[in-house]
Amino acid sequence: MGKIFKFNQDVDTDQIIASQYLLFPTIDEMKAHTFESLDPDFAANVKPGDYVVASENFGCGSSREQAPGVLKALGVKAVVAKSFARIFYRNAINIGLPVIVCKELHENVEAGEEMELSLQEGIVRVGEKTFTCTKLPEYMQGILDQGGLIASLNKEES
Amino acid sequence: MGKTIIEKIIKNNTGIDAKPGDIVTVNVDRVMIHDIFIPFVASKFEEMGFKKLWDPDKVVLIYDHLVPASQVDDTRHFKVGNEFVQKYGMKNVHRSDGICHQLMTEALYVKPGNIVFGTDSHTTTYGCVGAFSSGIGYTEMASILGTGTMWVKVPETIKVNITGKLPDNVMAKDIILKLIGDLGADGATYKALEFTGDTVENMTVASRMSMSNMAIEAGAKCALFTPDEKTAEYCEIELDDKQKDLVGDEDAVYCREICYKAEDFVPVMACPSNVDHVEPVKDLVGKEIDQVFIGSCTNGRLEDLMAAASVLKGKHVAPFVKLIITPASRKIYRQADENGTLKILADAGAMITHPSCGLCCGRTGGILTDGEVVVATNNRNFLGRMGTSKVEIYLASPRTAAACAVAGKIVEPV
Repeated sequence: MGKIFKFNQDVDTDQIIASQYLLFPTIDEMKAHTFESLDPDFAANVKPGDYVVASENFGCGSSREQAPGVLKALGVKAVVAKSFARIFYRNAINIGLPVIVCKELHENVEAGEEMELSLQEGIVRVGEKTFTCTKLPEYMQGILDQGGLIASLNKEES
Repeated sequence: MGKTIIEKIIKNNTGIDAKPGDIVTVNVDRVMIHDIFIPFVASKFEEMGFKKLWDPDKVVLIYDHLVPASQVDDTRHFKVGNEFVQKYGMKNVHRSDGICHQLMTEALYVKPGNIVFGTDSHTTTYGCVGAFSSGIGYTEMASILGTGTMWVKVPETIKVNITGKLPDNVMAKDIILKLIGDLGADGATYKALEFTGDTVENMTVASRMSMSNMAIEAGAKCALFTPDEKTAEYCEIELDDKQKDLVGDEDAVYCREICYKAEDFVPVMACPSNVDHVEPVKDLVGKEIDQVFIGSCTNGRLEDLMAAASVLKGKHVAPFVKLIITPASRKIYRQADENGTLKILADAGAMITHPSCGLCCGRTGGILTDGEVVVATNNRNFLGRMGTSKVEIYLASPRTAAACAVAGKIVEPV
């Protein structure tokens, strides 16, 4: 189980991690500033295993891989949104952060509720309620299963 | 069955008759890395265990966001970049020539029909010459540097047909802003845009570039124009048969078709703080402004500077307004100098800066603070992009931006 942190539509990559922090040498130094303009306490409050739930077009804007990077570094277990911007979506899978499309979740849960996600079943459980998610295409699920693109490439070579 | 432009490019590259939704592995013709992400690309490349670049000639490194360095930490990016260049035998490096997306076409790295990826979302720009180009993250870039390949889901295509003559006060920027407003910030996500009609056929390559540049603001994977004689001249090539054939077939399948009459366009702005929050300038008239920025990979080209100069000639910017003008490349800077444009701009009170990303990415001068308002010609008005998160950014064409600089408030250009 993990706690839900809820965001609205069109959350852009500048809002996830602002440009000025991209110059920090490591993701670990950046992560304290995650969602700073939307929720300055996010990085302090989020715990490993928690979830980000959003509406449409999560991660729109720049190509910065630091956006899924800081979420993963903070221990966010998955981002569940109504839809994702394409570069964020690819980047998240490539670094092994599950990004799950679920059309119904955002409107039916509150921030702070506890939820559980089964990636295998493609199902989210919040209290008594269950929600079905869209499954990833097999190719992308394969990359995610191996823990991201680096692990996946290493496996192809071996 | 007929094909869209993107389906033809993928067929030519892979030999596969792929349909939208298919996942194919493409051979990459060129990649671009810029200064912000080179340290991360370099470390991922080594983490992946690669010993050499798949083809050093196909890799381009461009310093543009941080040039010249304004903070001590920025210099680390140049140091890492220079070490990477030396270690892996790269030759295509630009350290102060201009913005990456301008240089990729201007310095002839991209040809019609090419498949190109860059570590920047506005890599969609090269669709202006009929190339499939898109932005990726640094892990994926490191993977291409080692393998020369990339997996791609073949996108559906939205066809945008524009016919007729644009009003004199309307620029290509107004068209793409209107389209983004109509599509919404995710209206073209995972999809290709394909522009047709005599209005775009009559456009310069520079104007097409403004449009393909901003396609990502509607979520698009790429934005394609059919290569023509103007493209050939710009790219300094003769089009071959495959390049000439990069036109959507009559029986190609489109997921959506949108038609505009050029005469119906009016000057518009994207209002704070979403690019799809688009309103006609006439509905915003009177809003007082503090600063105007004309530049960026969207609108820092010679025709943009000349459009601004045509408005500013013999006039002066309002006393309390700071007008910052940043040419997109050194070549453009020189051309604007030689044809007298820079003098007109300087006489009107503009601050003309070195070619770079400049204020578009909130660096190298022009930062604003709470409550200030800026009219800018770049591609994003997100919260906090040009200073604090309480700065209001209005995106507009160079012609509109110049008119606002003179008036000290939002006005419609003539």
